[in-house]
Amino acid sequence: MNFNSELVEKLVNIYSPSGDENKIREFIKDEIKDFVDEVEIDSLGNLIARKKGKGKKIMLAAHMDQIGLMVTDIDDKGFLRFTNIGGISPILSLGQKVIFKNGTIGVIFAEPVDNMGKLKLENMFIDIGVLNKEEAEEKVSIGDICVYEIGFSENDNVIFSKCLDDRIGCFVLIETLKRVKNSDNDLYFVFTVQEEVGLRGARTSSYKINPDLGIAIDVTSSGDTPKAKRFAVSLDKGTAIKVKDNSILTHPKVRELMVQVAEENNIPYQMEVLEFGGTDSGAIHLTREGVPTGAISIPTRYVHSTVEMSSKKDINYSVDLLVKLLEKTI
Amino acid sequence: MLLKRLTEASGVSGNEKEVRDIIIEEIKEYVDNIQVDKIGNVIAYKRGKKDSPRLMITAHMDEVGFIITDINDSGLLKFTTVGGIDHRILVSKSVKVGKKQIPGVIGAKPIHLQKKGERLKTLSLDQLYIDIGVNSKEEAEDLVSIGDYITFYSEYVGFGNDLIKAKALDNRVGCNLLIDLLKSNTDLSFYAVFTVMEEIGLVGAGPAAYTVEPDISIILEGTLCSDGPDTEEHLIPTKLKQGPAISLLDRTTLFNIDFRKYIVNIAEKNGIPYQFRKTSFGGNDSGKIHQAKSGSTTATISVPCRYIHSPISVMAKEDYKNTCKLLKSILSEIEKGDF
Repeated sequence: MNFNSELVEKLVNIYSPSGDENKIREFIKDEIKDFVDEVEIDSLGNLIARKKGKGKKIMLAAHMDQIGLMVTDIDDKGFLRFTNIGGISPILSLGQKVIFKNGTIGVIFAEPVDNMGKLKLENMFIDIGVLNKEEAEEKVSIGDICVYEIGFSENDNVIFSKCLDDRIGCFVLIETLKRVKNSDNDLYFVFTVQEEVGLRGARTSSYKINPDLGIAIDVTSSGDTPKAKRFAVSLDKGTAIKVKDNSILTHPKVRELMVQVAEENNIPYQMEVLEFGGTDSGAIHLTREGVPTGAISIPTRYVHSTVEMSSKKDINYSVDLLVKLLEKTI
Repeated sequence: MLLKRLTEASGVSGNEKEVRDIIIEEIKEYVDNIQVDKIGNVIAYKRGKKDSPRLMITAHMDEVGFIITDINDSGLLKFTTVGGIDHRILVSKSVKVGKKQIPGVIGAKPIHLQKKGERLKTLSLDQLYIDIGVNSKEEAEDLVSIGDYITFYSEYVGFGNDLIKAKALDNRVGCNLLIDLLKSNTDLSFYAVFTVMEEIGLVGAGPAAYTVEPDISIILEGTLCSDGPDTEEHLIPTKLKQGPAISLLDRTTLFNIDFRKYIVNIAEKNGIPYQFRKTSFGGNDSGKIHQAKSGSTTATISVPCRYIHSPISVMAKEDYKNTCKLLKSILSEIEKGDF
């Protein structure tokens, strides 16, 4: 199977917490600039790349940001206290390694607790291996943000990594914009900021673009692990066409169009009816007078952990579906 | 004194007129244009000598309070809260009711008559009522109506070591700062916006930002301060007398890192003490402002206030002075055009 692991690995290893997406934005900009007509960065930091066309304005959104931890206090011994940026689970964070923008490494641990189920972030700390406050302050300041630090792995079937949510969406968008050749549509590939804290970048960028059609590309959950909550999406069964989540009921015409394109091109797909969560599509479809919007999801296990897992086939099928969809006259 | 007048005025969310009138009276000589928009925000423009990025500075006018929901046969008023109020602080507080500002007290069954189980529980709104000293529904209805607003009654008092106690320092202190800025000599053009209904969900700020379309906004607040021994050091959001609090993040905004650092540099360069607002709890008008239309840059600068959302919020005069100094320094830096 032809799968560009090298690019995925680069994407997941770039530091990019919500609110500080500079590094990944620069990387993506470099990666795509030869394939698009215009590139713009707006005031919240969204990267908007346009492939001009005479047809309908289509906005495609994948978010560049990842969940992280922000330092709120440094104590006399140099331990850092923190708050969450986005959905950080206390229990999944315990014992994890983190990295700051300047490369400083730390580990997350906790005060002694009797009941691990009651573990709270306010009882946890980051240890950056210093001996006192002064040493800590040379490396880290209050307000600095760190992200999980763990390597990328893969086998023939899947990739395992932190922040596949939503670097894999960025990857799908990048691959799509490289492959789309014959589109009449006016295409806006938007790499958004601050999705993890409330779809903020998608809200402002879709206002500016004022699209006729919106499509978000993001990970979704999976229901195929032992005793998983009932959810009819599995790894390796194809790209997922979103029907709903907590942020949107996708527009039936957009959904039908996706199904039609998948059927016409024999692209395996599954329908995603998610009973929680949200994606940039939630913000896009409520922009201005409303925008017909859908979403293509990559089934992913263990979302918001350091070991998120997606199937290479599903990722490739997602690119196939998007390319075919964009090449259609809408 | 202006802060006394501002804090003693009634301005529960949706009923900001009294506060708005004071503000307009205070600022009209100092601005080039003043407009009250459809939901009640005051949008004033001060034209300076310098063109600049479109700068908007905001403070919300409203405060938390109550509204009458029913009047019972004995003339006691049932009520609900407007904005976030800890129900445990309500019993035995003085209030003012309705347009006529009728004095009242929040009453409940005395502790002597409460059963053992009742004493251990916080009195719910169902168990509380407002007594305006009348004997019947008819007498009450001559003075007040269902739907009337109710405000905490609390006088502005200076006390202790240069501290102030008043109601509604959240956010009359922000209003006062913004008025002071308008009165100061600055060559920078800016929009001064006094918003409505922040306390019930940042309602006024969105429409105001939609109208003004700012490039940069500074939101002024009186914010959460809990620096007593009952709060662990790393959970203290802000401390009194440590200077203006610059926000890192809250439920509604991840504040622009470059703008935050720019402000910190200005504080350090001018020897102005500052602190970070270290908690992610709460939210303010910035949430709506930075996401309006195609988005913009925001910062929040606050005066730390203890016991907010109660009748007895407390702040230090020196924090006010330092916040004012920082704001003026920011304006003169922006004027130089390096942000």
